[in-house]
Formats: sequence, C-alpha cells, structure tokens
Amino acid sequence: MSISPEIVLSVRNLSVSYLAKRGRVRAVNNVSFDLRKGETLALIGESGCGKSTLNLALIRQLPITGSIDSGQILYTRPDGQTVDVVSMRKEALRQFLWADCAMVFQGALNSLNPVLRVRDLVYDTAKAHRLNKAEARRRAFELFQKVRLDPARVFNAYPHELSGGMRQRVLLALALLLRPQIVIMDEPTTAVDILTQRSILDVIEQLKAEFGFSVIFISHDLAVAAEIADTVATMYAGEIIEIGPVDEVFYRSRHAYSLALLNAAPRLSTGQEELLSIPGSPPDLIEPPTGCKFHPRCAFAVEVCKTTPPPLIMPEPGHRVACHETDRVMAHNNRKITT
Amino acid sequence: MMPNTTSTTPLIELRGVHRQFEVDGVVLPVLQDINLSVNPNEIICLVGESGCGKTTTGKIIAGLLGQSSGEVLVGGKPREQYTGPERSVLRRQLQIVHQDPFASLNPAHTIGDILSFPLKRHKLVKDRADLRRRIWELLTLVDLTPPGDIVNKYPHQLSGGQRQRVSIARALTVQPKLIVADEAVSMVDVSIRVSILKTLHRLKDELGLAIVFITHDLALAKYFAWEGRIGVMYLGRMVEIGPTPDMILNPQHPYTRALMAAVPEADPDITRRKKHIELRSDEIPRLSEIPHGCAFHPRCPQFLGGKCDVIVPPLLPVPGVTQTVACVNLTPATVGD
Repeated sequence: MSISPEIVLSVRNLSVSYLAKRGRVRAVNNVSFDLRKGETLALIGESGCGKSTLNLALIRQLPITGSIDSGQILYTRPDGQTVDVVSMRKEALRQFLWADCAMVFQGALNSLNPVLRVRDLVYDTAKAHRLNKAEARRRAFELFQKVRLDPARVFNAYPHELSGGMRQRVLLALALLLRPQIVIMDEPTTAVDILTQRSILDVIEQLKAEFGFSVIFISHDLAVAAEIADTVATMYAGEIIEIGPVDEVFYRSRHAYSLALLNAAPRLSTGQEELLSIPGSPPDLIEPPTGCKFHPRCAFAVEVCKTTPPPLIMPEPGHRVACHETDRVMAHNNRKITT
Repeated sequence: MMPNTTSTTPLIELRGVHRQFEVDGVVLPVLQDINLSVNPNEIICLVGESGCGKTTTGKIIAGLLGQSSGEVLVGGKPREQYTGPERSVLRRQLQIVHQDPFASLNPAHTIGDILSFPLKRHKLVKDRADLRRRIWELLTLVDLTPPGDIVNKYPHQLSGGQRQRVSIARALTVQPKLIVADEAVSMVDVSIRVSILKTLHRLKDELGLAIVFITHDLALAKYFAWEGRIGVMYLGRMVEIGPTPDMILNPQHPYTRALMAAVPEADPDITRRKKHIELRSDEIPRLSEIPHGCAFHPRCPQFLGGKCDVIVPPLLPVPGVTQTVACVNLTPATVGD
C-alpha cells in the first residue's frame, strides 16, 4: 500500500471488540480512513456508535477487555518513515504518545492530577520525552500565552484553582508541548458553557493555523463538527458509514443515517424549522441486524437493505458512503449553501 | 397559540424573588430580583450558562425551594397562604422533570410502582382496576406503547429516552398545570431528543400544560419555544426576556448577542459566516464576587465606565422591540433605587 506524503495517519480495516458476558461486542468494525497533514477529521455519531473506542484503539489505550482484532494504523513520521501503531512495542508506543500523537479528553478535571501543579505535569512530560526543563518551561509559557492564559499564574496553579474553561485550555497547551503531528480530541467542548466553548474553538483554530497539526475530533454535536471539520465521518454501530468533505456530508449527504442526524439537529439562526426524530434505538452490537445495520430505523430502507450489507462506494472523489439508496437520500436533503 | 397575556391570571408569578445559599460561611446570591410570570398553556425557556440561576428558578417555581425574599404568587395568591388540603392541591399543580433519568427513578421499583405511588397518595384512583387503567393511559400518553411491555420493567431495563418518558408520565400522574423540565433532554441522544420534545409539545396542547423548559442549548430552546418566550439569565439575574423569534433574530442585551453569536450551527455555511463577538474577558466571575453594577460589565464589549459598573440595570422594555432588557445603554435612563 503506497502512502502519499500528505497523509500522516492511515487506518486500514481496523476492527476492535470487547469481551462481554454475552459474547463479543464488535465495537469498531472494519474502519478505514486517511488523515492528511493539517486536516481536521470529525467523527460524529451517537453514544455507543464506537467513536470513543476507535479513538482509544488509535492510541492503543483500550481497556483490558478490549482488543484490536485486525487492521493497521499506519503513522508516517516527519522523516517520512511509516510505522504501524498496532504492532508497536511498549517503549516505541510510549514515545509515540504525546510526542507524535497527543490527546485531549472530555472533562478536563479528570485529566489533570489534582495533587500536582500544572508545572509538575509540564516537567513530567518533558522528563519522559527527554526535553530539558528550561526548554519545557519556555515552550509551556509560550503555549499558555497562545491559549490566552496568564502563564505565570497557570504554571504554578493546582487544577482546582482553574475554571473549567481554563483547565481545558491548559490541556490543549500541554498536548502541544512536544509538537505532535496529530492531536485527538474527544468531546473537548461537551461539558463547557457556550462562551467557553467559543473561546476553546477559536483557540484550536488559531493553534492549528500556527502549528499545522492534524486533528481527530470526536463529537456528538453536529454544530461543532460543522464549524471545525474539513472532513466528517459518520459512525453507526461501529462502522464509518459515510465520510467526505464537510460540505459534501452536510449538503449532499448520501447515507440515510447522516441525513437523519442532520434532520434531528436544530439550527439557531434559521427561523422556525421542522425536526424529525429517528425511530427505534441503536442496535445491539453482539447480535447486530442483518444487512445494513441501520435498516430497522431507516425511512429509505428497501428489501435489499435487510439482507445485504451495503458496500462502501465512492460517488465523488473523497466522499465514500455505504448505503443502497444514495440517490433517494441525496434528493431528500434540502440544505443548501446560500452564498 | 399565543396566550393572551393581558387578560389571564398568571399560573405562577415571581415578584422580586431573591435566593441565597450559604456555603462555608460565604453567602452566595444565587438569584437576585427575579420577576417572572408563567401563563397557563405557555412555554418559557430559561437559558444561560452554569451558575446563572436557571435551575434554582425552576426549583422555586416547582415549589422545591423557597425564596429568601420576594413573593411567589400561585393563581394570584401568595404561596405561603395555601394551607391544608389546598396546599396539597397546589403541590399537584406544579411538577418537575429532572435532568438525569438514571438518578430520578428508584431502581428498586417497577415502572408500574413508580406511577402508582403518586396516584394512590393523592387518592386519584378508586380501585385497582382504575389504577391499572390510569397507568395504561399515562404510558400511552407519553408514547411508551404498548404499556404492557413497560409496566413491569425496572428502570435499568429501559433506555435513557424511555426512562425520561417515565419521568414525564410520573409528573403527569397528579394532573399538573405546569411542568418544569430541567435539562430534560440533555442526557439523551440527538435522535431520541426530538421525539421527546414532540411528546412534550403534544402534551402541552392536549392537556393545556404550561412548560418551563430549562436548557443551556440555545438551538434547542429556539426549536422548543418558538411560539413561547425565552428568558436569558446571567449570574442570578434575568438580563433579557421576550418572544422567542425576536430573542433569536433580534437579541438586544450584549450578553444575549454574545451568546447567539458564539453558538456553532449545524450547517457549515451558516457557521462559517457567523460573526463572533469578542468579549473583554473569557472568565465568568464567581458568585461570591459578583461585580458591582451590571454583573456583565467586566466582559461587556459595550462597557461604559462610571455607568455600567455603578448602576444595577432594571429589566425594562426597550423602545421598538418586544423584549424587556436589563441594560442601561438600551433602556431609557430611569433608574430606581
């Protein structure tokens, strides 16, 4: 498989399962995607769709009951060398995390050790990755400034002395300490208020422009995805069922589930609008439905959907979708770009 | 279906309501000078960021909390004057649905039990057959059908959305006139959320309910309360309130404007073209250190020194619009003490 120099991460046919009492839970099933340099990929979907499991698999931090069953996670280093994260040994993985691929989790308070000052976190990271203390401090101060924090105050503070928004920005700054190529963000703006969310989104945008890292952004919030993403991947029952440029997925959605999600999401400045709910509930991942896993809830389902899983087709370059009824779905999307 | 606000007696009216809590010897003014009336069959959304007092307001309306000062009138009469059986009837009129359907339903009771307790307690059913009939009716009312599949289940056997419907059914057992829904759908997935909101809408129409809907999600507030009103709260005060379309399309208070501008939209084109408003500070002040004058002044882009940091702006009508707004720069300079 050849990998273009533009691609930093190439995930191929990744499957992850958890062992449960009733059997194997296929949480991520045959997922493939590429992440380009500087690209923001938003993974959207409802709880239980496998987006957080996918994220944990990418950084090999699955809980003990979970395992990667098959597939590759090909990471291309800045020097052009490509390595498979799935087969990395302990020490190589330890170096890969944070230095090459950093994470920002939801709920900043749980991600920061309450008995350590922010500066201890900075120095710990520096020590683990052989960065000297003075340089670590210099970089931390620079990054805190960039995320609109008062460096001197934050550097010596304990997590509880900072507000939720400040903590989330501290995490962003810490994630960038070792200049990673990839930052994975799992619902970073979910537990925060509107204006705090705004400042975090603005800060992410500004940092991206400056450092050029790629982002995998996990969210159930379509509005945040619409704003921040270059590429959107919709996940359902452990599979990426549609992936494409943000405008393609929002304005020319070809998968019935993507369209259903859009039809259920209210927009603020569009005046009165009619929303549609999705009937039923997400499927059981131990014994998923036959055919297309979405068919029991799908308004477009026809006979073939019940028996045959739809293949992933590419109707436009860069836009892939797994749905038997793409044309009918697309005809039903009434969203338009007005400019 | 806009209720006629001039001729109807409000279902409940808050007049100059203050509420404070003491935490470790520090007095926190969680609500200050709230004036709000809810009319029969009306939808009001209270929005604002955490700590703005929207939940406290909801609890005071539902009668779960008392006010520290000010008056709460129910049906035109101060709540304290209701006593004995009259008070019991009053309690039934105002119900609440909480945010977390995992915490608000007792895991040891079946759904049938959960619904039968209030029916028996308030003697709303004659006998067992009547009880069963009423429970069936309630479950059908909140779209939990067929009721026979639900009634003997325990909360953990239901999904989050179903549990929230049980909470709504429980609130309806006592035939309330008003339901406070406090972030009632914020823990539910996008696909299920809309159907619960539609159920609430239908209940409002069929049963003539008034709904006080508390949320931090402005787009959701817009959708749910399009024919009602939205009130925006900040640090314990109402800063702007008015009919939903005007609040969304023509917000007046600098804080409301900042909120509306800050919200990302589920539409790439709209969200890219949105103009954001830069605030002077990103941090919300603590409730123990509420700024003098207008509480928003340290962050407000339209801050006027010597005015905004001195005068506490009262909620007043603004000429030419339908909203009432608490901002000295927008309302005629009539400042009471």
